[in-house]
Amino acid sequence: MTAVTLSRAASGPVTRGAIDCDIHPGIPGIATLLPYMNEFWRDSFVRRGMDGFDMASYPPGAPIACRADWRPAAGKPGTDLAQLRRQALDGFGTSIAICNPLYGGQVAVSETMGAAICSAINDWIAAEWLDADPRLRASIVVPAQAPHLAVEEIERLAGDRRFVQILLPAAAELLYGKSYYWPIWTAAEKHGLPVGLHAGSMYRYAPTSNGWPSHYLHDYVSQSQTFEDQLLSLLSEGVFLRFPKLRLVLLESGVSWLPGFLWRSVKTWRGVRSEVPWVKRPPAEIIRERVRLTMQPFDVPADDPVAVADIIRQIDADEMLLFATDYPHWQFEGDRAIPPGIPRETLRRILRDNPLATYPRLQESIA
Amino acid sequence: MSKHVVAAVADLPPGSRKLVMVKGRPIAVFNIGGDFFGLMNRCPHQGGDLCAGELTGLVTADRPGEYRMSRPGEIIRCPWHGWEFDVRTGQSWCEPGRIRTKQYPVEVASGDALVKGPYIAETIPVAVEEEYVVVEV
Repeated sequence: MTAVTLSRAASGPVTRGAIDCDIHPGIPGIATLLPYMNEFWRDSFVRRGMDGFDMASYPPGAPIACRADWRPAAGKPGTDLAQLRRQALDGFGTSIAICNPLYGGQVAVSETMGAAICSAINDWIAAEWLDADPRLRASIVVPAQAPHLAVEEIERLAGDRRFVQILLPAAAELLYGKSYYWPIWTAAEKHGLPVGLHAGSMYRYAPTSNGWPSHYLHDYVSQSQTFEDQLLSLLSEGVFLRFPKLRLVLLESGVSWLPGFLWRSVKTWRGVRSEVPWVKRPPAEIIRERVRLTMQPFDVPADDPVAVADIIRQIDADEMLLFATDYPHWQFEGDRAIPPGIPRETLRRILRDNPLATYPRLQESIA
Repeated sequence: MSKHVVAAVADLPPGSRKLVMVKGRPIAVFNIGGDFFGLMNRCPHQGGDLCAGELTGLVTADRPGEYRMSRPGEIIRCPWHGWEFDVRTGQSWCEPGRIRTKQYPVEVASGDALVKGPYIAETIPVAVEEEYVVVEV
């Protein structure tokens, strides 16, 4: 143990003024989005009776999808604006919170239907959430199934500075390093928007590298493999070199898998780097510079500040971690969004400095 | 420091290398186009036998998907885990500032000069009219 001062279990007051980088307003259903669709899609969804585009990764009724005391009296998790304000914003004293809607448009098999749902969600979030509370910001949801449509959506919304990030599911139809996705990274760089990868999948493939799991336990715990794959893909295909300003945020990744992953990447790179000569620096150095991670969940033993401090020391980058509650997902009890054991100076950065540095657009509204 | 005769130049032509023992140290001696270099024959990673590694060029790129080969025969790749070292400096490619193998000065001297000393040639017979590779340890 080093001589740094570790924070104790932190509660509401500690997070006062913090920037919450991952909250989830719920989409009640397709009916909510119809006013934000064109005539064809309004007609089509109604006539074909299509609804229930909730993500398989977060079934609305599953315990993980909503903490019991955050579950609204009626409707799906996160759908009540007044409740979200009271619990997610007032409850933690949050100054700014970034809305990351998770809904089927981002994973739909139809490119055009996916794009229609994504566009409707973005306009709905802007009109009914961002307009309603100045503390809220949002990610642009895009159909990564069709990179050209994703780019159109980014171009359509980038002028609204309350959109601070591009949101993608952690697993898509291909690994994100493939050149198929490069138009999205080009648009992200052009507009200074970080790309957030959120736990979850398009489920085009089995979510594990060995096949389909039988249980939710397996599916959820194995998510960190997906994040590792995407990081390796972006790294080894040269995306970080090709797009020098691209920033990546891993949302709901669990965080503590990172040190072992970094060590293994560096060790292997030293031996085989000549097959990827565009990876010019040790992978850990590149990842520490370009990748950020939200802090809920943070997978460590309960109430073990020494273990938390060890992980923070091993990650060895004060600027990598971002405060998040993951509201209304059930990751912690009460207001204990910050695990005990984080050095005080690091905690100060996590709560505010790091989010401001990661999302340049946030700085415009607090200056 | 003392100077040790380790080979006749004629026995170590360009592109070749030789493992020698000097004062109990294993040293890999390389001839790159007529220039001679000596490296401690221990990979700083886990002690692999560098002299037994693959002698190759430097692969670099300015953008993804591009492969550029330069400096043929100037990079030695450890046979154990593939770490690359610059034969001219002993520096690793991956972390040149931190990871390197010790370099020993190597020079070429004529047999004529060697006879006058102060060179040590325990195992190499020296002829006045030949040239020799000399390692300083």
